[in-house]
Amino acid sequence: MSVKTLTIDNQLISAREGETVLETARNANIGIPTLCHLEGLSTVGACRLCLVEVEGVSKLLPACVTVVQEGMMIQTHTERLQHYRRMIVELLLAEGNHVCAVCVSNGNCELQDLAVEMGIDHVDLTYQFPDRKVDISHARFGIDHNRCVLCTRCIRVCDEVEGAHTWDMAGRGHTAHVISDLNQPWGEASSCTSCGKCVNACPTGALFHRGSTVGEMQHEREQLSFIMTARQQQQWVR
Amino acid sequence: MTPNNTVVQAPPANDKRLRLLEATMKRHQYRPDALIEVLHRAQELFGYLDIKLLLHIAQRLKLPPSQVYGVATFYHFFSLAPKGVHSCVVCMGTACYVKQAAQLLSFLEKETGIQVGETTSDGQLSLMTARCLGACGIAPTVVFDDQLEGHQTVESVGERLNTCLGVEA
Repeated sequence: MSVKTLTIDNQLISAREGETVLETARNANIGIPTLCHLEGLSTVGACRLCLVEVEGVSKLLPACVTVVQEGMMIQTHTERLQHYRRMIVELLLAEGNHVCAVCVSNGNCELQDLAVEMGIDHVDLTYQFPDRKVDISHARFGIDHNRCVLCTRCIRVCDEVEGAHTWDMAGRGHTAHVISDLNQPWGEASSCTSCGKCVNACPTGALFHRGSTVGEMQHEREQLSFIMTARQQQQWVR
Repeated sequence: MTPNNTVVQAPPANDKRLRLLEATMKRHQYRPDALIEVLHRAQELFGYLDIKLLLHIAQRLKLPPSQVYGVATFYHFFSLAPKGVHSCVVCMGTACYVKQAAQLLSFLEKETGIQVGETTSDGQLSLMTARCLGACGIAPTVVFDDQLEGHQTVESVGERLNTCLGVEA
């Protein structure tokens, strides 16, 4: 396997061929914020938080889907990028109904972490306050569309890891939302195996265990990464 | 896992339209990537995409129902509710828009009591908008039952709506 040498944030780094910029940066302890990316799932490059500047390329490139090339000169934390990232998180906060004070994931939320990291203490944009639903028809889990950021992690984990494909995205634009089967209540979706992987994949409190109250909902990412790598690495015991 | 068809019954198998739809799917060798073509044909045959019909297509093309529903709701062309007997399409292209097409639309919405994209409760009229009909020279334009009407005003559109619905003015 050939080795590619590149520069990230003025740091000389070697990467394996075929690796993405995100993987390489994370291996070198350079943090690039992400939201729709989840280790072990396919990448969609939807959230645009991992955009980086590559010398010689006029466009910004998403690090999660950009493959490393020899001699790349990458900047991950320029002022422009930080401005855009902050804007993206502000847009996400204004688009849904994100009220941390009453959220089950308060303190365990990737959106909240991003906002804290970027020092977002207020949002300049007009809040949309969309009229969205909560579905607690499932016996063990619930989905609150108010807190959904449409990252499609639940859709991908259900399709690629569990193989059930209960979830998908319906509608478009501001009416886009996650659906189970034929837009049925989750409890009536016959393809659902109640495995709970989507709940563990959710970055916010949109998918939660029923009965959890403010700040109680913890996402077990370890369970997910264990399932995803168990067969590959033949590590059957956690 | 209980099979889906125990929850929602597929349409009766003796429906002629279903056999035509089956022929279309067969022509595409039941390939999952022919979903959009099949949905087109289904809407052509049935006028709209019923939820049971979507489930039927999902089963035949071996696709997850949620994916079929997602595709059907992504494109504005597909309708999941039955269309009205008559249709009224207001052009919202730039030329029509500057010629007060928005006022025509809000008048029609007030007159019929429905919002754009909806069908009246008696199933008589569907109100829709179009991006541009390409007839900018006679803006603002409104299409009643596939018949294009140019130079529309609030008065003329009201009259035309009544003749379209067969109401004596």
